[in-house]
Amino acid sequence: MRYVDEYRDAALARALLDDIRRAVTRPWTIMEVCGGQTHTILRYGLDELLPDTIELVHGPGCPVCVTPIALIDQAIAVAALPAVTLCSFGDMLRVPGSGGDLFTARARGGDVRVVYSPLDAVALARRLPERQVVFFGVGFETTAPTTAMAVRHAADLGLTNFSLLAAHVRVPPALEAILGAPDNRVQGVLAAGHVCAVMGLDEYRPLVERFRVPIVVTGFEPLDLLQGVALCVRQLEAGRVALENQYARSVRPDGNRAARALLAEVFAPVARRWRGLAELPESALELRPAFARFDATRRFALEAAPAAEPPDCRAGEVLRGVLKPPQCPAFGTRCTPERPLGAPMVSSEGACAAYHRAGRRREEVHHRGAEAPRRMEEGFSVAETPRFCASVVKSGSAGG
Amino acid sequence: MAECPLPDDGADTVLLGHGSGGRMSARLIGEVFLPALGNPILDRLGDSAVFDAGGLRLAFTTDAFVVHPLRFPGGDLGSLAVHGTINDLAVAGARPLVLSAAFILEEGYPLAELRGLVASMRAAARDAEVHVVAADTKVVERGKGDGVYVTTSGIGIVPRGVELGPECIRPGDAVLVSGPLGDHGIAVLSAREGIAFDTDVVSDSAALHHLVGALLTSGAAVRCLRDPTRGGVATVANELARAAGVAMRLDETAVPVRPGVRAACEMLGLDPLYVACEGRLLAVVAGADAERALAALRAHPLGAGAARIGDVDAADDGPPVRLRTPFGSLRALDVLPGAQLPRIC
Repeated sequence: MRYVDEYRDAALARALLDDIRRAVTRPWTIMEVCGGQTHTILRYGLDELLPDTIELVHGPGCPVCVTPIALIDQAIAVAALPAVTLCSFGDMLRVPGSGGDLFTARARGGDVRVVYSPLDAVALARRLPERQVVFFGVGFETTAPTTAMAVRHAADLGLTNFSLLAAHVRVPPALEAILGAPDNRVQGVLAAGHVCAVMGLDEYRPLVERFRVPIVVTGFEPLDLLQGVALCVRQLEAGRVALENQYARSVRPDGNRAARALLAEVFAPVARRWRGLAELPESALELRPAFARFDATRRFALEAAPAAEPPDCRAGEVLRGVLKPPQCPAFGTRCTPERPLGAPMVSSEGACAAYHRAGRRREEVHHRGAEAPRRMEEGFSVAETPRFCASVVKSGSAGG
Repeated sequence: MAECPLPDDGADTVLLGHGSGGRMSARLIGEVFLPALGNPILDRLGDSAVFDAGGLRLAFTTDAFVVHPLRFPGGDLGSLAVHGTINDLAVAGARPLVLSAAFILEEGYPLAELRGLVASMRAAARDAEVHVVAADTKVVERGKGDGVYVTTSGIGIVPRGVELGPECIRPGDAVLVSGPLGDHGIAVLSAREGIAFDTDVVSDSAALHHLVGALLTSGAAVRCLRDPTRGGVATVANELARAAGVAMRLDETAVPVRPGVRAACEMLGLDPLYVACEGRLLAVVAGADAERALAALRAHPLGAGAARIGDVDAADDGPPVRLRTPFGSLRALDVLPGAQLPRIC
């Protein structure tokens, strides 16, 4: 398939891996920001093909994962109201709130529908004038413009039965929080190419300068990621710090001007609490006063009830790149895709889901890298212990 | 790509994911149906029940069809209900004899539409040389059905000497598929309200018993056959590997997928290995007979695109099914918790 196969070529991948191996002299920790990138890494096993001294950690770029539980609870509450149809992307429907998720809300009688575009929700509102159609909009700067388009379209049509529950967030404030944290380990960043295709490069220059960290705007195919790593490693080894654009085939320095203008017209940045990252200034998008009549929290007088994260879910550390999914004591035991404690285990872009899906289990990460912590935590299955020990012995004899 | 799991093990209601063919479906069967209805034949959870009666080896199966939309490129509910049940018999090695059909009709459904579906059913049965010999009709109130639901059951005869099943699978066997994967699932999605997209992909829905017959008489040692419907080849491979106590290694570059299906999957964030087929065969055959089996499949019009996609190994402490990526790395190919969902961005 054109425009895809070129970026999955195995011979080119080997050449890039050779380049990286030649360039690396020291250990480096690089964060890929976007969950889509994480899934490509696990899907192609790129982390295992890279030299052991390069550690990839996974960033906050899973919009579903960083959506606070309180917002999901609001969506579930709206879905339970009579004569309300709640629409969202399929991925959002499976994320656990305080009590169940939107699929469960549907099973209990709520009218919850999967849409593929926010404009489909507007079309639904036109078709169902007797119902209130609420679109639960989630996503980074990639999907926010389409939501902005839907709101403006609803305004143009004069619809009074369409509203938006907005969970759109911005990447730069999250990166700022991660890079500025006292426990930050990230030495280089692969920024999310799709986000920059909309927003351009300018927002990232101050981060490079302030935190003295190379940022490489990177695509989503395996060769994109390997090239992004190669560019990042070259900077790190040379002691350079710069903003580079690996994904130039899609990302222009000034981004997509029409989409940015639409975003600015409909939304304003506001502070928002992120799952795992606390409240971040200017990190979320709220409807501007001219469009406030489409705000579902106002229309339905939704309270932002405090909601506690499950205590043994360490999604916050995973989303900041401090903890890798298999290092979480609950990974694969108390937390699985069927019984998730947190969103990263269910979302298609979630790092925990990516590791689980690729069959990575706790021991596999533990015996890679220098630290190799082989602690056993409370809750680790006793039945798994012999297998775990055998695996450690095997890897020890193989790898020295 | 995404899945649609049951987020709470203790859920007290049926969720859509229970019908996905993934782990949620397996749990529903294991926790609700088998404890109540289980017996040595049902407990095998084969596509058909195979048992001896009156000196014959019979295969018996039943399948409910709730496809939406009722018509899709390359087929409709009527033809699908015939093909699906014939295929469940065929992969047990059985020659289909007769079918039954039960219709649940929703008040208000246009009779002209119903006539069209039944005509399609008749044509599919005629082409497959089977008859619908028993039927039932019920009508439910408007709003309590989705137009038409059909349940078909079928009886077939398993020829003497045909022994198929996961217990026959051995390390060293080869894993074959009879053609490109995912055509049916993508054809249905392309016609579904809200996603509709233009594609030249048509459903692979077809009756497979003649193709199976050609394979079984080719002289190749055939171990086990399945039709990868819900959950696709990845799910079926996992079920077989677990049931057989072996490991399977599939090669991503060897898996046949049409360009249109690949494109749609890329766009929607789906993995073709989990997308349903309704006219494809997954065959495990003795490794030494793989070429002979492939030749037999390819000689039949429904098997023209047959390919060897993997091998059977002895079980180890790794995941039961692994996929070799184009880059040479191996990753687990797991069962999904529920249905695949298109991604956000």
